[in-house]
Amino acid sequence: MSKLRFSKRDTKDFSLKEWMDGTDDPMVTGDIGMKPQRIRKDDFQTVMKHMRDYEEVERHLYDSDKNMGVRIFNKLYKISSIIFTMLLIGVLLYVVSYLPPVGNASNPDNNVVAQRYIENGLEETGAVNIVSGMILTYRAFDTFGETNVLFIATCCVMIMLMLEEKALKEQEETEQNHRFEPQNDQILRFAARVLCPVILVFGIYIILNGHISPGGGFSGGAILGAGMCLYANAMGFSRIGKWFNENVYKIAKISALCMYGLIGSYFYITGANGIENHIPLGIPGHILSSGIILPINIAVGIEVACTMYAFYALFRRGGL
Amino acid sequence: MSAITYILMFALIACAISVSFSRNLLNSILIYMGFSLIMSVIWIILESPDLAITEAAVGAGITSLLFFITLKNIRAMKGDEENE
Repeated sequence: MSKLRFSKRDTKDFSLKEWMDGTDDPMVTGDIGMKPQRIRKDDFQTVMKHMRDYEEVERHLYDSDKNMGVRIFNKLYKISSIIFTMLLIGVLLYVVSYLPPVGNASNPDNNVVAQRYIENGLEETGAVNIVSGMILTYRAFDTFGETNVLFIATCCVMIMLMLEEKALKEQEETEQNHRFEPQNDQILRFAARVLCPVILVFGIYIILNGHISPGGGFSGGAILGAGMCLYANAMGFSRIGKWFNENVYKIAKISALCMYGLIGSYFYITGANGIENHIPLGIPGHILSSGIILPINIAVGIEVACTMYAFYALFRRGGL
Repeated sequence: MSAITYILMFALIACAISVSFSRNLLNSILIYMGFSLIMSVIWIILESPDLAITEAAVGAGITSLLFFITLKNIRAMKGDEENE
């Protein structure tokens, strides 16, 4: 009879879902949630004894009057450090004197590649800002790698610093982490209320205008992230959690990376095989122009903003 | 190179030297922030506004913020010691 009681829990689909959610791992038995580090507790006597022992050892070891070797080592250390620094400075200055003069026509950096970027850049990419045009079309593959590095970096920080939801709530209730910070600071709040919209709009402007004016995805994303950090600092994490929490973060970050991947791979495949690509370049100088640069700028901007804010939030309290 | 470029370059060197001689970690971070700000002005003078924006946002803003939080987490700020 027991076989007839077929529950949802036994299906492969459910175990896949469990594995995706991180509640169950086929390789590990039992609960695999992250636990906060346990604080080691020693009684006062032992700590004092260790401290006294340590001081005693240190006093005997580094007593330069009795210990001849320490005295010689200290002198030698100082002299050799000065000599080494001088040598290093000398070598570097010697190398600098051999560098070619700035702006010389025969310098090795004045080659075909740079010439091509400058002469045909506007025509081939449609971007007025030549730097954006270069890094997002000619070198889009490099930038894709960099975006992946950002993604992996936040994943690593999350693995190391992220706390369980239960521990996070406990920490918030005890307010142990925020003892020495001003709560509900009026000056900070007012400044943030005035500055945050300006900073966020400026960041969005830089991302969207990346192919026309200086800036682009990375700079704009960094400004957005900084604005979000200011908002979280002034208003508290519960307030920013209403519009930017872990779910929004996951969706925004992964969809931005996938968007870059999709647009980029279309561009690489058509470019590598000599197929005509159907993304119109538009009129240079307009917002909707220069082909793939605008969507890729948006994707990179979202990615960078999420990374910056995630670093801040994870360092600060161990959760988004 | 105008006079203001020389002044900024000199301030840059002064910042770089004073970071290594400052004993207080909080002061070092503040000097480092100043270094980044001066650097971003120099980038504008060198006609690369992209780098100036990035330097101001990342160098002066977010990196120093992460340093501050790290100092707080390892309890190396001065206020923490006095209170405990």
